[in-house]
Amino acid sequence: MVVPSLKLQDLIEEIRGAKTQAQEREVIQRECAHIRASFRDGDPLQRHRQLAKLLYVHMLGYPAHFGQMECLKLIASPRFIDKRVGYLGAMLLLDERQDAHLLITNSIKNDLSQGIQAVQGLALCTLSAMGSAEMCRDLATEVERLLLGPSPYVRKKAVLTAVHMIRKVPELSDIFLPVCAKLLHERHHGVLLGTITLITELCERSPAALEHFRKVVPQLVRIFRTLVTTGHTTEHSISGVSDPFLQVQILRLLRILGRNHEESSESMNDLLAQVATNTDTSRNSGSAVLFETVLTIMDIRSAAGLRVLAVNILGRFLLNSDKNIRYVALTSLLRLVQSDHSAVQRHRPTVVECLREPDASLSRRALELSLALVNNSNVRAMIQELQGFLEFCPLDLRADCASGILLAAERFAPTKRWHIDTILRVLTMAGAYVRDDAVANLTQLIGGAQELHAYSVRRLYSALAQDISQQPLVQVAAWCIGEYGDLLLEGSCEETEPLQVEEEEVLALLERVLQSHMSLPATRGYALTALMKLSTRLRGDNNRIRQVVSIYGSCLDVELQQRAVEYNTLFQKYDHMRAAILEKMPLVERGGPQVDEEAKESKEAAPASTDPQASKLLDLLDLLDGTSGDAQQPPPLDPSPEGTLIHLLDLPCAPPALAPIPNLKVFEREGLQLNLSFVRPPGTPALLLITVTATNASEGDVTHFVCQAAVPKSFQLQLQAPSGDTVPAQGGLPMTQLLRILNPNKAPLRLKLRLTYNHFGQSVQEIFEVNNLPVETWQ
Amino acid sequence: MQFMLLFSRQGKLRLQKWYVPLSDKEKKKITRELVQTVLARKPKMCSFLEWRDLKIVYKRYASLYFCCAIEDQDNELITLEIIHRYVELLDKYFGSVCELDIIFNFEKAYFILDEFLLGGEVQETSKKNVLKAIEQADLLQEKIE
Repeated sequence: MVVPSLKLQDLIEEIRGAKTQAQEREVIQRECAHIRASFRDGDPLQRHRQLAKLLYVHMLGYPAHFGQMECLKLIASPRFIDKRVGYLGAMLLLDERQDAHLLITNSIKNDLSQGIQAVQGLALCTLSAMGSAEMCRDLATEVERLLLGPSPYVRKKAVLTAVHMIRKVPELSDIFLPVCAKLLHERHHGVLLGTITLITELCERSPAALEHFRKVVPQLVRIFRTLVTTGHTTEHSISGVSDPFLQVQILRLLRILGRNHEESSESMNDLLAQVATNTDTSRNSGSAVLFETVLTIMDIRSAAGLRVLAVNILGRFLLNSDKNIRYVALTSLLRLVQSDHSAVQRHRPTVVECLREPDASLSRRALELSLALVNNSNVRAMIQELQGFLEFCPLDLRADCASGILLAAERFAPTKRWHIDTILRVLTMAGAYVRDDAVANLTQLIGGAQELHAYSVRRLYSALAQDISQQPLVQVAAWCIGEYGDLLLEGSCEETEPLQVEEEEVLALLERVLQSHMSLPATRGYALTALMKLSTRLRGDNNRIRQVVSIYGSCLDVELQQRAVEYNTLFQKYDHMRAAILEKMPLVERGGPQVDEEAKESKEAAPASTDPQASKLLDLLDLLDGTSGDAQQPPPLDPSPEGTLIHLLDLPCAPPALAPIPNLKVFEREGLQLNLSFVRPPGTPALLLITVTATNASEGDVTHFVCQAAVPKSFQLQLQAPSGDTVPAQGGLPMTQLLRILNPNKAPLRLKLRLTYNHFGQSVQEIFEVNNLPVETWQ
Repeated sequence: MQFMLLFSRQGKLRLQKWYVPLSDKEKKKITRELVQTVLARKPKMCSFLEWRDLKIVYKRYASLYFCCAIEDQDNELITLEIIHRYVELLDKYFGSVCELDIIFNFEKAYFILDEFLLGGEVQETSKKNVLKAIEQADLLQEKIE
């Protein structure tokens, strides 16, 4: 061993002894001055020592560019020690961005043509480390010559230098391609390995080369077999596996040659099957070879059985105690999950186990793979596992996990109720991490599942009552309570535990959300609107709500203030319109032709669904000669594209100018009067539009006014929302309501009305048939 | 392989071998970031991580981290073998190598690496051959000096 220069050792000692950064800097600056002086006019025999010191200093992060020229001088020197350090310096200090680097070319050329192996080795090494495109072009022929030289030591380096040259200057492929065939016969492992690497590089860059080298597949197979079977020489083996480096490189080349090529793939099948089954994987070296085999099997046109074998090997890797091996297995399975879904599915339980890995990079992979494995048949079990994972997973995975669960739930939900439950659970556990559209999605989903309204609002109410901090959850809950607050107070719902909720409690909860500093502005908007909606849903008086609304009329938040002011106005000036405006929302679909019909249907159906006395309607119907007419029932929210309905809904509402049918006064009592006006739009002979107008000339307001209608069976009746439920006293703004009647058979029109209202402190109910309907209404 | 870095538990660089052309500034930035990332890993975590568009394979031997950056299509498990082989070579050469050996004889560490890898690829798979080559070079050096 060469005894290193004392000076260098001392320098290193001194630097390490420095107690502060400043001290270290001082030592180094002092020494660099020395070095510079020595470069200028010091002993050339010591130059290599000075450069070595400089290189050490450079590694610590200090500038060393003034040593660049010294590298060149040292390389040009005939002494081996100079060349050794000089070339090292070149690799560390010079790169193709430096102007100085081209000056090396000549020295390298000289050294390559010298007979001394070690020197040639240095030159080749440097060329392959920092050779620019220009240098490569200049020196290509030299390197080519060395490929066929006498010494395997030089040949192995030349071959890898050729690899570098091709990477830098792809056109040089032409020079190096021809010699590969010969080099494949090499016995020296190093040269052979380099050759395989070279061929791989050539094939990756040029389809023509790829074509050309396909014919060596049989030869590669032979080489591989020889390698594996001719005993395990300790020289090249690692843990009993013969030269795993070479095996892996051959497998990789086979992969490239077999890709998209039936014939080549077929000729490798046997070998791959053998390697897959016989490789000893007790140590990492064997696993590395097996892993490369699996990658190759999956990438070429291999037989189906072989593919399944490969996936199963990965499945076995998943159970390996070495977490590195588990990691590569998860990564590979993720790549395969699309193309070989059912094969990967078989390992689902193991993958799910990996979710419990303490190592975050493993659990992340396991999460991605688990999400990819969710399908219709395993969705319930998988989502349960994933929700379990969500609870305890590291924070940086929460968002991905939450979105993943929501997406999977959307794709594969077996029932709406399960879907709602799942989203609810995710929002409760990880509400802060879900994507923005989760709120919209959930409200959309709940809105569309009418049978689950009561269930949803109860569950959301309970969740909200426990925790008002998770914003997405709060927003959805507030929206739901606003929409379906009446269902919340109604009583029991079989699907949840009995929940006795008082009106005051609901209002208090929403107020709490409004006032909480945890609530985002958007959340508070939801809460305020919900409170407003409740003013029509709840039976108690609205003073509390009015109060809140008027307080927020002076809120600093502009959006909230605007809403509050508008709602305030709704309470005061436009109170008669309040019910209509705040009725249940139509389902907002994301698209599709059914959209508008549904929306309109649900809108018209709304007032009926809030009617708690639907049973009384049957009495009404009975009175119509047993031919029970179509009472005004809410049409289902699901699309029912019956021809007549669509026809009805397509028709415009505006009454056209035709011979007007005279109005009809149908009811009068204590100052409350009901008038009917009729319109038959031209072009739609079957349609009749009736406007019911209620006016109040008395001293007292008429409140809670509800008008219902019934027609004979052959007719279709649609009631639109009334303008309000209050008819103010003394000729105040009348209440109006539109009836649309379809009479395709032109049968005589019969109409029965039922009125309920409060007047002068008394509740009134009137049922009567409308007489004297003008003939023009149905002929 | 794109590059290999050796650094201590305190983040001090002991060896840097770059197989791709990058400016000094870029090298420093990459080194700083990667050292931070790897040092932040807990001891029980696996040896692989994704960093930028590269795969990083690292292993700790005593007080030194050996860290390689490989490309997407490279085999992580064989890279672990590469790292291990390099450590074995150092160990054989220095006789039970420790960090101090690499500090005080950094040029030797480079020379040994350059006999094992070339242009980021494995050039010699026989431990014996690598050590023989170094021996011969050392003799050559002594002879002339």
